[in-house]
Amino acid sequence: MERPLGTIEKPKVLPISKIIVENERVKTFFFNIEWETRPGQFAILWIPRVNEKPFCISHNENGEIGFTICHVGDFTHKLFDLKVGDPVGIRGPYGSWFKTENDYKTILLAGGGYGVAPLYNLAKSLEKKDIQIHFCNGARTNKQLLYIKQLKQANVSLHISTDDGSQGQKGTVIDTAIKCLEEDKIDCAYFCGPELMEKKLVELCIKKNIPSQVSIERYMKCGFGICGQCCLDDSGDRMCQEGPVISGIKAMQHSEFGKYHRNKSGVKQYYENNQTKKL
Amino acid sequence: MDISTGIGKLKLKNPTLLASGILGVSRASLKNAIANGAGGCVIKSISLEERPGHNAPNIIAFEGGLMNAVGYSNPGVEEAKKEFIDLKSLGAPIVASIIGKDTDEFAEMAAKLLPGEFSAVEAVLSCPHTPGYGTMAGQNTPENTESITKAIRKKTDLPLFIKISPDSQPIGEVAKAAEAGGADAIVAVNTMGPGMAIDIETGEPILDFKIGGVSGPALHPIAVRCIYDIRKSCRLPIIGVGGVTFGKDAVEMMMAGASAVEIGSGIYYREISIFKKVCEEIKDFLKGKNFSSLQDIIGLTHKIEK
Repeated sequence: MERPLGTIEKPKVLPISKIIVENERVKTFFFNIEWETRPGQFAILWIPRVNEKPFCISHNENGEIGFTICHVGDFTHKLFDLKVGDPVGIRGPYGSWFKTENDYKTILLAGGGYGVAPLYNLAKSLEKKDIQIHFCNGARTNKQLLYIKQLKQANVSLHISTDDGSQGQKGTVIDTAIKCLEEDKIDCAYFCGPELMEKKLVELCIKKNIPSQVSIERYMKCGFGICGQCCLDDSGDRMCQEGPVISGIKAMQHSEFGKYHRNKSGVKQYYENNQTKKL
Repeated sequence: MDISTGIGKLKLKNPTLLASGILGVSRASLKNAIANGAGGCVIKSISLEERPGHNAPNIIAFEGGLMNAVGYSNPGVEEAKKEFIDLKSLGAPIVASIIGKDTDEFAEMAAKLLPGEFSAVEAVLSCPHTPGYGTMAGQNTPENTESITKAIRKKTDLPLFIKISPDSQPIGEVAKAAEAGGADAIVAVNTMGPGMAIDIETGEPILDFKIGGVSGPALHPIAVRCIYDIRKSCRLPIIGVGGVTFGKDAVEMMMAGASAVEIGSGIYYREISIFKKVCEEIKDFLKGKNFSSLQDIIGLTHKIEK
């Protein structure tokens, strides 16, 4: 994206307008901000004197942008202490998005853990379209499932799975997604979650000749395409600009997909093979 | 039209290089920059040990350009040696960028990182926002510039570039010190400042490190003046860097005395394909003015003064 000289890119500080507690370790934070966003895009949140981190946009309705966020580290620890009215810096929206074509009749959305957030946004954006949606929603246990109430009310075929069998099918989102891919004619599949899960499902889609799109999360420092921290091997594609959403076929052309990512220093961190069990 | 150039022994197909600190974290990014027209690349600076860098916000854009305090995040020399492999096959020269806390550490970095893959080395004595390095450690004085340059020179035969700060004045003295230490070229300039941006809603500094180096269009006229001053005081080739966004900016630096330019913040405004765009704009300029090569414009401002 070219930008005119004089472009300003700084966090805009806004009060948190609403907080929804989704489950024991996930909350959705809302801000009143008029943005045109697309499902799969992200924004960067800043807590002064703490840090700045990217989060995918899970809600954009009636002038409110929402982020469904899991309590995982120092930044989210601070964020979870904040209340409605507390100031947070926000900049974006950034990145590519999940694309749907007009001739799609049936699509599959499969999200593991808090990976369901952008897919929920995608499902909501398609509500008024004549398109059948299979939504595979998986978590470790029923207490960690997200958006179940909303999805039950929405016009989607919901397939729930939990690792411990406490709700829905016992197993992972891979199991329910495979079942959908086998049993229905899927025009396109959309995946967001642990990368090994994404890779396994993309491989199956390629084998079955079904188009797919995945969201790839990488450490980033700028969000606007210059720091180089989020570039994939071996193309150098930036997950803040050409990503985070890319086609499954493109993802498979990258040697690091499902294998490793780089940390804050740029050191490669290899995914553990049991990552899929950590939904 | 031929726009090849050279920095001493180092030959370049065109005068645009990817500047250090922008994109150059991985080999894949260098490949991407070269595919988009870069005549060469400088990697993101490497230190002895792994460094996570400062917390974010690390980079903002303001009216005049960018301001950053990344804080030299890098995987350390051992990981970097695994990352930057098979560089000769990339089709353009790759310049290592090294940093160190003192003279001995620069020498150690040169000995550990340089053998094998790189075409040249850029030693950075001028970062304005990382404690222990650059201007925050006084590496930009003429005395320290000379001693660090000498120490690296002893460890490598590669073309040695010294990257200096626009805030070291008189800058010609720093360039002369690098020349005395055995440098092959001067890279002018690093980011300036540091500057500061405050969020007026909260009163909080926006960059987590509070202050950061200023780059982009605001730096450009200062960089041009630094290049002009350096050319007056020493004979080493100069690589111009600071706010090259359009071909005209590169031409201006070359008239002031630069033999090539590095591009960093310009990618923010004109995408990675900025290298191709700037090269085309330089060619159009040369044609329009009936110049036959870059040699006609390098140092032109000094020539017509005489």
